[in-house]
Amino acid sequence: MPNISATPAPDALRTRLNAVEATITLCVDEPLPLDSGETIGSVDVAYHTYGRLNADKSNAIVVCHALTGDQFAVLPHPVTGKPGWWANLIGPGKIVDTDKYFIICSNVLGGCMGTTGPKSLNPATGRPYMLDFPVITVGDMVRLQIKLLDYLGVDRAFAAIGGSMGGMQVLQMASAYPERLFCALPIATCARYSAQNIAFDEVGRQAIMADPEWCEGKYLLENRVPHKGLAVARMAAHITYLSEAALTRKFGRKLQGKERIGFGFEADFEVESYLRHQGSTFVERFDANSYLYITRAMDYFDMPGEHGGHLSKAFMNTPVRFCLISFTSDWLFPTSDSQAIVRALNAAAASVSFVEVQSDKGHDAFLLDEPELHDTIRGFLDGMARRAGLSFGEAL
Amino acid sequence: MATTANHSGTGIRIDLQIIADMINPASRVLDVGCGDGELLAYLQESRDVDGRGMELSMQGVQKAVARGLAVIQGDADTDLVDYPGDAFDYVILSKTLQATHNPRRVIEQMLRIGRHAIVSFPNFAHWRTRLDIVMRGRMPVNELLPYSWYETPNIHFCTIRDFVDLCREMNVGIKTSLSLDAAGEVQKFTADSRWANLFGVDAVFLLGK
Repeated sequence: MPNISATPAPDALRTRLNAVEATITLCVDEPLPLDSGETIGSVDVAYHTYGRLNADKSNAIVVCHALTGDQFAVLPHPVTGKPGWWANLIGPGKIVDTDKYFIICSNVLGGCMGTTGPKSLNPATGRPYMLDFPVITVGDMVRLQIKLLDYLGVDRAFAAIGGSMGGMQVLQMASAYPERLFCALPIATCARYSAQNIAFDEVGRQAIMADPEWCEGKYLLENRVPHKGLAVARMAAHITYLSEAALTRKFGRKLQGKERIGFGFEADFEVESYLRHQGSTFVERFDANSYLYITRAMDYFDMPGEHGGHLSKAFMNTPVRFCLISFTSDWLFPTSDSQAIVRALNAAAASVSFVEVQSDKGHDAFLLDEPELHDTIRGFLDGMARRAGLSFGEAL
Repeated sequence: MATTANHSGTGIRIDLQIIADMINPASRVLDVGCGDGELLAYLQESRDVDGRGMELSMQGVQKAVARGLAVIQGDADTDLVDYPGDAFDYVILSKTLQATHNPRRVIEQMLRIGRHAIVSFPNFAHWRTRLDIVMRGRMPVNELLPYSWYETPNIHFCTIRDFVDLCREMNVGIKTSLSLDAAGEVQKFTADSRWANLFGVDAVFLLGK
């Protein structure tokens, strides 16, 4: 039987959210098959739930996190102490209302916040997996998410929602397990990861692997951490999450704590010190090998490729209802990526809504207080809840 | 877009009611330029249709999505090509034709993706419009056509007879043709009716392949 370790919820927010923070070991008797052909057994899944599952178990919403996200969607992050990455969206009385819905958010396979990943102990060797960890895909992450739903007794979630890589998981879930979802909200995402995105991922990976502290992936054994490589990877990636307009508005050419340029290579500009800060705080909370594995999973994401070049075949006659959202200034997952999905869903006779939100904040907009984003999500969820005949009455 | 706002007994705009009455229950419907989804919501409730919408304005899309409707942000001129053939029983273009860049192409697309097309538009040959041009020598600006020429989204006005000519040229069958007079009264008319062309404020056509 799976072994469960649940942390009691101490403070007011935890109580108000009815938060459960738990780690469950799944795939003990039967290992998880992976797209690579390998398998992995005894997989820990670290997850949070907020709210209460209703009597007919119909009000669950699966929240899927992005590359560097984790299960701390609402509760403050234990390392940074900052509010959860979607705390502006999810909570009591918020757009995704924890008084109505039962939120499930788990750390992805390959992650580093408690779900089995390259820094976890390999039961076969008694050492961390490190580069012995199998290469995983978004499909594998979703397969594990479904195992978690099985464990939680949720036959069909009301919705799955996620941005960026979270959106990829939502699409994958809707395609591979259409009977497990009523509706899907893939935000700022794509069905086929672009060459440009693979290129940026490769820059990040090369930065990590070029750091001597990476030790050919064995830094955990050497008690070292490739801080510099991982920080550079984060800095480069962070630029892709913003937009020129956002950078200009936020920083322009403003100097950092000085009157004039320094004629040296210290951080003269605010934008430099901002990026350095982003890099250095990131390494405190993220594992370098996880970064390699998860970016690789995104690189391999190609839904049309897996369906003979026709994305519509991934969704043929799907009962899942979709709402796609993109942002005008997102150049990492541009609107054209979402439009390709909308076209395929139309060709597959799926029910689909699509909104392109005006924002100059780039890809990051999906995490920010964008009123049009929030209005659309609220409207879609409310409409779908009526459609599904959801009752928000007595909870279990 | 730019005309009367009379309401029928059921609470929706009378021109929308006319369109709704043309639609068989439980059919698949695409409403192009669906606005906030008023017609789609009505069709879904009263006719049990499987409805989809396309709308240019984000505000419209948001309101429609909030109603639980499946609506995408899109442009009739460019985005209809993305739909597969014969995907719908009816494709509706309600008071949007005159705002499209290429009305003929839009109608072609509608009849490619739908078995029927329903098109409604303001009739530019209505006597008041004629009077404005003939007597005042000016483009009409009134409660039926409220925009000045320099700011109107309506770039391809036509008359009922113009539209009938286009249908003939395109070999498109006119199944039903109705006009609405200024009092909101519905009149059935034959394609060559000069009466409808003079007194019809709006026209609604049900077209088939």
